[in-house]
Amino acid sequence: MRRFAADRAKRLLFRSLFSSAATPSAPFSSSPAAAAAAAIDSAARSVTVDTINPKVLKCEYAVRGEIVSHAQRLQLELQTKPGSHPFEEILYCNIGNPQSLGQQPVTFFREVLALCDHPSLLDQSETHALFSADAVERAWKILDAIPGRATGAYSHSQGIKGLRDAIAAGIAERDGFPANPDDIFLTDGASPAVHTMMQLLIRSEKDGILCPIPQYPLYSASIALHGGSLVPYYLDESTGWGLEISELKKQLEDARSKGITVRALVVINPGNPTGQVLAEENQKDIVDFCKNEGLVLLADEVYQENIYVEDKKFNSFKKIARSMGYDDAHLSLVSFQSVSKGYYGECGKRGGYMEVTGFNAEVREQIYKVASVNLCSNISGQILASLVMNPPKVGDESYESFDAEKSGILSSLARRAKALEDAFNSLEGVTCNKAEGAMYLFPCLHLPSKAIEAAKAVDAVPDAFYARRLLDATGIVVVPGSGFGQVPGTWHIRCTILPQEDKIPDIISRLGAFHESFMEEFCD
Amino acid sequence: MSPKPLDYESLNENVKKVAYAVRGELYLRASELQKEGKKIIFTNVGNPHALGQKPLTFPRQVVALCQAPFLLDDPNVGLLFPADVIARAKHYLSLTSGGLGAYSDSRGLPGIRKEIAEFIERRDGYPSDPELIYLTDGASKGVMQILNTIIRNEKDGILVPVPQYPLYSAAISLYGGSLVPYYLDEEANWGLDINHTRQSVAEARLKGITVRAMVIINPGNPTGQCLSEANLREVLKFCYQENLVLLADEVYQQNIYQDERPFISARKILADIGLPISKEVQLVSFHTVSKGYWGECGQRGGYFEMTNLPAKSVDEIYKVASVSLSPNVPGQIFLGLMVNPPKPGDISYLKFVAESKAILESLRKRAHIMTDGFNSCRNVVCNFTEGAMYSFPQIRLPPKAIETAQRAGKAPDVFYCLKLLEATGISTVPGSGFGQKEGVFHLRTTILPSEEDMPSIMSSFKKFNDEFMEQYEDYRGYSRM
Repeated sequence: MRRFAADRAKRLLFRSLFSSAATPSAPFSSSPAAAAAAAIDSAARSVTVDTINPKVLKCEYAVRGEIVSHAQRLQLELQTKPGSHPFEEILYCNIGNPQSLGQQPVTFFREVLALCDHPSLLDQSETHALFSADAVERAWKILDAIPGRATGAYSHSQGIKGLRDAIAAGIAERDGFPANPDDIFLTDGASPAVHTMMQLLIRSEKDGILCPIPQYPLYSASIALHGGSLVPYYLDESTGWGLEISELKKQLEDARSKGITVRALVVINPGNPTGQVLAEENQKDIVDFCKNEGLVLLADEVYQENIYVEDKKFNSFKKIARSMGYDDAHLSLVSFQSVSKGYYGECGKRGGYMEVTGFNAEVREQIYKVASVNLCSNISGQILASLVMNPPKVGDESYESFDAEKSGILSSLARRAKALEDAFNSLEGVTCNKAEGAMYLFPCLHLPSKAIEAAKAVDAVPDAFYARRLLDATGIVVVPGSGFGQVPGTWHIRCTILPQEDKIPDIISRLGAFHESFMEEFCD
Repeated sequence: MSPKPLDYESLNENVKKVAYAVRGELYLRASELQKEGKKIIFTNVGNPHALGQKPLTFPRQVVALCQAPFLLDDPNVGLLFPADVIARAKHYLSLTSGGLGAYSDSRGLPGIRKEIAEFIERRDGYPSDPELIYLTDGASKGVMQILNTIIRNEKDGILVPVPQYPLYSAAISLYGGSLVPYYLDEEANWGLDINHTRQSVAEARLKGITVRAMVIINPGNPTGQCLSEANLREVLKFCYQENLVLLADEVYQQNIYQDERPFISARKILADIGLPISKEVQLVSFHTVSKGYWGECGQRGGYFEMTNLPAKSVDEIYKVASVSLSPNVPGQIFLGLMVNPPKPGDISYLKFVAESKAILESLRKRAHIMTDGFNSCRNVVCNFTEGAMYSFPQIRLPPKAIETAQRAGKAPDVFYCLKLLEATGISTVPGSGFGQKEGVFHLRTTILPSEEDMPSIMSSFKKFNDEFMEQYEDYRGYSRM
């Protein structure tokens, strides 16, 4: 497990620095160092890498992979040995985690959540001095939807009914087509909902799921964990990461000829890592494709509020399907939404939902059954999902400040997206498509052959080699494109647009300096 | 129209095999009746706050402040929150990497894992490594993750107590493994007899099953028994001999209603046993904020602690945890508060202790009220609830009742529970949802309805039961021979 060697090294370093070391007579082999130093992993022991579920071994997730472990080790070194590196801080541009980089939460949402966390506040007169009136009102409304106002109780396994009603209303307002609260399953973030669908769809490795390349590696990881086959379809970098139906058809036929039963199509819109926003016509073609080929459409729409270009607009796949006259009888569609992205960026809350349409009652029972084993998702996250889908409206007391926060964040994201896009494009041998939406840039690195050889010489994938060098020189953490999939022989990195605006110029200049010296070192 | 990809027939078979009675047939029927206007008393799930238990004040204050940190800048904050709450909120915010809204480390915030390790050390007297403690969105997710790591195929067996909390059977079905039952002994107060376990393993191996792990639930669910030290030693030695990883579900460790067998963690006993067993037996221990006197089910806060797992296995478990990015941060803070409650001298201490004691004393009382109440009913025998949150009375159904049930296409205890529900509004879970000996029937109810409601609930039950028994018993002697 070379990829995790760095992580273990970090743990060893951590222990030697902060060891509340087990005494010599310590009963357990609790220290990895001790375990490694002592007996080799006994083959007789039940849970070793040789005897664990092979699907677990197969699954990979680069967003928090080797490069991040290395970054954490460097961060520790910066703390204990200041000046030991040519940078003062590690800048985590590997993960869509806005609030970890200084983005502020939406005040109104947090006010409501705080009141729901501690409802006794609503009985105290002093509360009105500290909370806005409409936050208080919304908290009352939410609590009234919760039996006994008990926010600490397990809810209905699909989520609190009143909150699903509110979300369905929000979906209807967004799309202009009705939504059924019973189609909604609230989950601890969108990721568990994706896992549930993969679990339902995948019976064996003969079941395939069409995934965009590049893709957010939750999909590849989930398919591996559930023992299925990932059927790739390539997005076209030369046309701004366009999705061509001809490519879908080709990959579908190819998979079928290999004996794979293709069950579903994953579409991420806006795209991750690619950022493209699909055009309406494109979406219609996709819907027809799924309908005609009998595929479930899995629509990852978590970035629906992150659009940075004037000429594109988010259309949900549900809206597109309904506008084409298709209803539950025509198309099986699962739409995913989350509280982690948008302008709210509430990753740590683990709030999200899937809207499940076009499945018969028996299948829906099975989905419910699987949801019930985990009882329910966290209530605070459920409440937040209902707030995200029903934010303050014009005329509400908090509307103006809410709108200012929202547009401030979104316009800043748009500016950062542009600034970083331009920066990448200004580098020699780097081309970068525009980030129309989402939170990432995915520049293409046209690496000189000397660099590729140097990477091979240390048994590294070229973009991982580049990313590692970038990190060591600048403290900037990006994810190698190989973690997302790419056309073989092309190299990319994924960099978020999330560092605060005041840090961007410094990032750009450090990036530029590093890249220049890298290209100089490896020029042909 | 061509078959759709997600038709019932083409679903993952393992999903279809899953059963989770806690929110199954009885619960769905109860919900239907509730919609029709019937008053339902939900005793199907260990969900204290849903039955009127109030959340503890201190943790709610702290988390509310963490949720809205801008309040800390308000000069009036002290009017709403005592000083120790404010200090604690600041402490937990400082442990986060950007407040409640940022993904934490996939294993959970290091600062909170450290607090948990310190708690374990205080509890057990042995050091605990925060690096081997992973936080999860509820203990259930941790259990599922570990079982998914262990189970390779249907030849991998997991020893599970019968009766058991059906998360285990559901997860084993979902991951395509085999459940190897070991029966708890109802006549010995649901005691664990290691000989039964040994026998179960031998039988499984004859069938070609590789038994990989053993689950213990201590205190038990649904059975409530608290394992003795001797029992735990036996179990650990057994796992050593048979090369099993022990999965110790200890989520009810704060719910103890007798003084003979206080809670002792499996980890402590393992350490006590000493070398070589203490370094060899692989152990995963689970805990949660959903039970105890906290009852914060809706927060989804839990953790597991790994002991004696090789580093590479831990790496794989970490890797899978990272795919879900991180457990929810408020739930993590609840865990921190649970293991690190107010101390003597803190402003909130007295109130916190008063609230906690009241809940625990009341639970103990209700355990007695319920046990005694069931034992006063005809054909009902009930072991005392030594711990956890449930009562699991045995209902000795007359043969006529069993026949009637079978004619109606229902398992006998399901039949009984449905009738109970329709007559009284009491929503329970039939014993078949947990597993039981063939021909022996039970139901599970919780001890969570409020003390005020208990007498009327028990008398309502008794009325229904005794009438049911009269209806289905044959006084003139069953024999027609």
